[in-house]
Amino acid sequence: MRAIGIVLAGGNNHRMKELSQKRAICAMPVAGSYRSIDFTLSNMSNSHIQKVAVFTQYNSRSLNEHLSSSKWWDFGRKQGGLYVFTPAVTVNNSNWYRGTADAIAQNLTWLKNSHEPYVVIASGDCVYKMDFNKLLEYHIDKKADITVVCRDMEPGTEIERFGTMKMNEEYRITEFEEKPLQAKSNTVSCGIYVIRRRNLIEMIEKCVEEERYDFVRDILIRYKDMKRIYAYKIKEYWRNIASVEDYYGTNMDFLKPEVRDYFFKQYPDIYSKVDDLPPAKYNPGADIRNSLISSGCIVNGVVENSVIFKKSYIGNNCVIKNSVILNDVYIGDNTYIENCIVESRDTIRAGSRFVGEGGIRIVVEKNERYVM
Amino acid sequence: MIKKEMIAMLLAGGQGSRLGVLTSKVAKPAVAFGGKYRIIDFPLSNCINSGVDTVGVLTQYQPLRLNTHIGIGIPWDLDRNIGGVTVLPPYEKSANSEWYTGTANAIFQNLDYMESFNPEYVLILSGDHIYKMDYEVMLDFHKANEAEVTIAVMPVPMEEASRFGIMITDENRRITDFEEKPEHPRSNLASMGIYIFNWKTLKEALLTMADQPALDFGKHVIPYCHEKGAPLYAYEFNGYWKDVGTLSSYWEANMELIDIVPEFNLYEEYWKIYTKSDILPPQYMSWDSVVSRCIIGEGTNIYGKVYNSVVGCGVTIGEGVVVRDSIIMNNVVIGAGCEINKAIIAENVLIGKGVKLGVGDEAENDTAPHIYNHGLVTVGEKSVIPDNVSVGKNTVIAGVTTAADYADAYLASGKTLIKAEER
Repeated sequence: MRAIGIVLAGGNNHRMKELSQKRAICAMPVAGSYRSIDFTLSNMSNSHIQKVAVFTQYNSRSLNEHLSSSKWWDFGRKQGGLYVFTPAVTVNNSNWYRGTADAIAQNLTWLKNSHEPYVVIASGDCVYKMDFNKLLEYHIDKKADITVVCRDMEPGTEIERFGTMKMNEEYRITEFEEKPLQAKSNTVSCGIYVIRRRNLIEMIEKCVEEERYDFVRDILIRYKDMKRIYAYKIKEYWRNIASVEDYYGTNMDFLKPEVRDYFFKQYPDIYSKVDDLPPAKYNPGADIRNSLISSGCIVNGVVENSVIFKKSYIGNNCVIKNSVILNDVYIGDNTYIENCIVESRDTIRAGSRFVGEGGIRIVVEKNERYVM
Repeated sequence: MIKKEMIAMLLAGGQGSRLGVLTSKVAKPAVAFGGKYRIIDFPLSNCINSGVDTVGVLTQYQPLRLNTHIGIGIPWDLDRNIGGVTVLPPYEKSANSEWYTGTANAIFQNLDYMESFNPEYVLILSGDHIYKMDYEVMLDFHKANEAEVTIAVMPVPMEEASRFGIMITDENRRITDFEEKPEHPRSNLASMGIYIFNWKTLKEALLTMADQPALDFGKHVIPYCHEKGAPLYAYEFNGYWKDVGTLSSYWEANMELIDIVPEFNLYEEYWKIYTKSDILPPQYMSWDSVVSRCIIGEGTNIYGKVYNSVVGCGVTIGEGVVVRDSIIMNNVVIGAGCEINKAIIAENVLIGKGVKLGVGDEAENDTAPHIYNHGLVTVGEKSVIPDNVSVGKNTVIAGVTTAADYADAYLASGKTLIKAEER
């Protein structure tokens, strides 16, 4: 592959409410067995991008733990590898990453020491499959300076939290607006870009000089008329998880057979760190309807229309409906949960009742857990 | 300089012929167990959990599955710069090349491997038991007694003792005598086939007895050490230990995992069993599915009803299917409307629609009643069973079978149907 990868995984977001208190959004568990960043990392690995840097900043413990080895995504260790860059104090710099461009600027040496001609930049909070080779071919074909991956969103999507764009008939981007108050188009940026490595270095150095820190505002929008910036439209499944509703919706999408088939059965696979958990166990009293259950779970109750992540325990006579239960949750007997997202490592007392009314309720319950 | 206090040698070369078609293409240690594991995962996980990070795995019979499963040992953290896991097949020598002719002969042929780690102790294991054991505690026992050989033993009911190698000990657990499958046992301490040797003792014994045909630990090496007057001790183990050498014991051991609080608990936090898992996605249960008293592996899709069963990874169980008391290994596909009773279905089997397994009267198997019994239906890996056929009890099916192989769409109890071709 002629490209290296950069995954922007530093961000936090108030739209995730309590869920992002514990972890970076990229470390959010998705679809039972995965973390959000697995999708981008697997796409890179499957596209033969062998050298990938992940820029992290906000609450990165959980993410760092997940990125413990390049092996999980089959990246090399000598011919490339997985690099995790957190901000570091140096003689010239004692700042946090002040924006996406600043994150790249602070790690410019890595970029300069690479020899691959292209860079694929992607965010780590999206659920999708993509062959970056095709994207790169398109980029070269169009003789573009920057190519931005975009997608027409279905009506009803909250367009205003994305970057929106307009383009001419050749797909050259003519207008780009970040988080517009009122969107003029339903074409949104997927936060995935291809750019020539030397070009990127040049533009980032310019940003540093001018004390500009944001990739979208200070490079994409600022250079829009000067550089040839093209759009690469995708039609496949793509979803950003960075709001409670989208996070919930993305997980629920995996209850649809076509979504499961696309991600779980069709080539290529999505990889993740293996947790070495035993098979899921169903005791008498378990009654599962239209739900996903992950490894290491022990189920004694009713689960309907829900996604249960790894290593959860569901007690006797429990009813879990239309909910997302994250990793390692203990739910005591006789509990009723509906329309909720239950935060990981929660311990829910027996006989509890949590119902999201008029929306999704986030449950954070840190009780003492007594385990045998 | 390389120095390891204790290294392990894991004997994984046997066929395990009493598992019938399950081991026709794979060595017994590579047979699937408990949904997502393979039998060898248990001793390998015990090694790393006990702090033994150097393991030689001796392979001989059908090693491909075993080799790909072990790889460089990543799942067990046994990919090490020094030590780690090494697969040791028999090899050609300038003179006297031979297969591994016995358990101790296999170890003898790898003296150089063991020598390279300069060990104090060598742990000999076999790859066909299900148990969790801290070998470090056994080593402490070995050291405390200044033993030269320690044999792990397990108390068995006196009436069953004549099926085992029995150790007779004094009050300090020093072995005074032993008998192989005695008619009138004098003790109920059965050897588990797990030994710790002082490296010097082992090396001396193997070199002295090198010319013994089919050199075996139980038959030759242990008696030799005993006669020489070396201190032999018996280390008593009281945890769960299961030999899965026959189809019925294999089936039972799997079924014990689905008890509400199983005696052998896979869910313990601090003695994890590691395995190479290829399939990550969660499992899906449809609106009409029923799962009760089951353990089920990753990526399995269930549209039917499953009771009292152990189901592997990547399995599809179609609509209207009823599965009871069965073991279904990885990547099996069961078509709609099947009825599966007390079956062991090996990996990558394709079962058509409306198939009934395990129906009809009991009848002894006509080719190998000592293997296929207890009413089990055994289906070998990569087999195909056509739509709408019924299969009786104590039967065995392997290979791609078609409707023509089933007279009146029925394979009577006790029949054997083995075809050469596979999926």
